[in-house]
Amino acid sequence: MTIRVQREDFDIAAEIDALKRASNATGCVVTFTGVVRDDGGLSSLALEHYPGMTEREIGKHVAEAKSRWPLIGLTVIHRIGTLRVGDNIVLVAVTSIHRQAAFAAAEFLMDYLKTRAPFWKQEQHGHASKWVNSREQDREAAIRWLKD
Amino acid sequence: MTVLYFAWVREKVGIPAEQLELPADVQSVEDLAGYLRKRNESFSNAFSDTRGLRVALNQEHVSWDAPVAANDEVAFFPPVTGG
Repeated sequence: MTIRVQREDFDIAAEIDALKRASNATGCVVTFTGVVRDDGGLSSLALEHYPGMTEREIGKHVAEAKSRWPLIGLTVIHRIGTLRVGDNIVLVAVTSIHRQAAFAAAEFLMDYLKTRAPFWKQEQHGHASKWVNSREQDREAAIRWLKD
Repeated sequence: MTVLYFAWVREKVGIPAEQLELPADVQSVEDLAGYLRKRNESFSNAFSDTRGLRVALNQEHVSWDAPVAANDEVAFFPPVTGG
């Protein structure tokens, strides 16, 4: 299991390769990459986080994903600092024997990253900056994973 | 105790973190928010509506009625927007 919070970019191909090399039982790799999008005049995006709690919170949900699905390997990388349009923000990569578990776990982890991991985005439009508001859709997406 | 502020909460209060002696009448994180609100205009502004705020106690998400102790780390922040 790899969890990293970093300023630098990540190499998606290298991360997939590392996961594949870790086990011959790997039958599939599912990846999700979040990218900075231009919503009309975005100059940059600043990502702030709560060091310590971030890693703990991601670790907790990675452990839960492992307990819920038969996974082989898992990598979560989230960037912080100043990013520009087209830059990678987050990578979730999951390996498993069969695809269903890997798809479900990747989606579960993204839904929880969005609603529980202590990161905050601030958009810069020219000289004006604005903190991004949380989305109700993200909260609803995370709620559906709650067990009865 | 250590109190941390993130994102627009940090901007409004003007500091990222501080060490605080646990005030006598503060028993929950909600009490702490109430104590901070009375401090000055910046804090009053940041803590005016706690419905828009979230709180963590010792790096775990908690509800407003969570009890606080002298050596705790409490963080106040807006709903998270990572991913």
